[in-house]
Amino acid sequence: MPVFYGTEIDSSLMLGTAGYPSPRILADAFARSGAGIATVSLRREAGGGQDFWALIRSLGVGLLPNTAGCHSAREAVTTAQMAREVFATDWIKLEVIGHADTLQPDVFELVEAARILASDGFKVFPYCTEDLTVCDRLLAAGCQVLMPWGAPIGSGLGLNNPHGLRALRAAFPDVPLVVDAGIGLPSHAAAAMEMGYDAILLNSAVARAGDPVAMAAAMADAIRAGRAAWLADPMERTDMAIPSTPVIGRAFL
Amino acid sequence: MRITINGTPRDVAATTLAGALAEADLTGRIATALNGSFVPAALRETTPLRDGDAIEALAPMQGG
Repeated sequence: MPVFYGTEIDSSLMLGTAGYPSPRILADAFARSGAGIATVSLRREAGGGQDFWALIRSLGVGLLPNTAGCHSAREAVTTAQMAREVFATDWIKLEVIGHADTLQPDVFELVEAARILASDGFKVFPYCTEDLTVCDRLLAAGCQVLMPWGAPIGSGLGLNNPHGLRALRAAFPDVPLVVDAGIGLPSHAAAAMEMGYDAILLNSAVARAGDPVAMAAAMADAIRAGRAAWLADPMERTDMAIPSTPVIGRAFL
Repeated sequence: MRITINGTPRDVAATTLAGALAEADLTGRIATALNGSFVPAALRETTPLRDGDAIEALAPMQGG
């Protein structure tokens, strides 16, 4: 099971809390998913915040507040400070958005915000790309977890750059790695786990499914299967066939 | 004085951050920022307000 900043989590599934048809379905989806961590956010208080707080407290999972919607290091740092007080955790999913259409991170502001927050005692979970140099900078800034995207947030496209994600796993064998964003199907999540990723963070794939509770269960199964496959050391791929049935002893007919 | 709270202009009699939050009925589990900088809950009572200040009062919300 994944270990983040010295804390072992019971599940490799981290689940978002946004976009569910109802609070009841959100709670049921969490129960079926077995997720150990819920992502949450901060928004201007407009009446619903206190009820939502009660709901997430009832889930019995760890909380990972995000800085979603921030476009600069300064905004993200202030948001993280506010989140630490409200959610009573020093964990922060650091998002600094750089592009309106793809919601891809502004990696320059991201590294700067990570440096400031890590030196202030935050345990930073950076939403990043699979760029090896950026990831190296994030580790140097004090991050002990990396969360590369699979595909743009909410797209459901899966793993856009499996080769890059595999290279990242190979480059940082001892760093907990989470694929965050872009997962649409259980097979996407399983594929990332089969590469040796430690966890999957997803939201829309469950919340926007026709039956979110059933999809939460499917994701959990896929992630367990993918993890088991990685631990079982998958066979090497080849471009040509290798007969599986013994050739020796074949009859001449 | 005239300030903004969560983007909405508002006239308040209060002279501190805590007073303005109370006038606006912003209670419960919230975090505050004044002019873009975080103000911890423990400092709201002693944080003075000036005309034109911008307060953000944020609450737990759904997120991915």
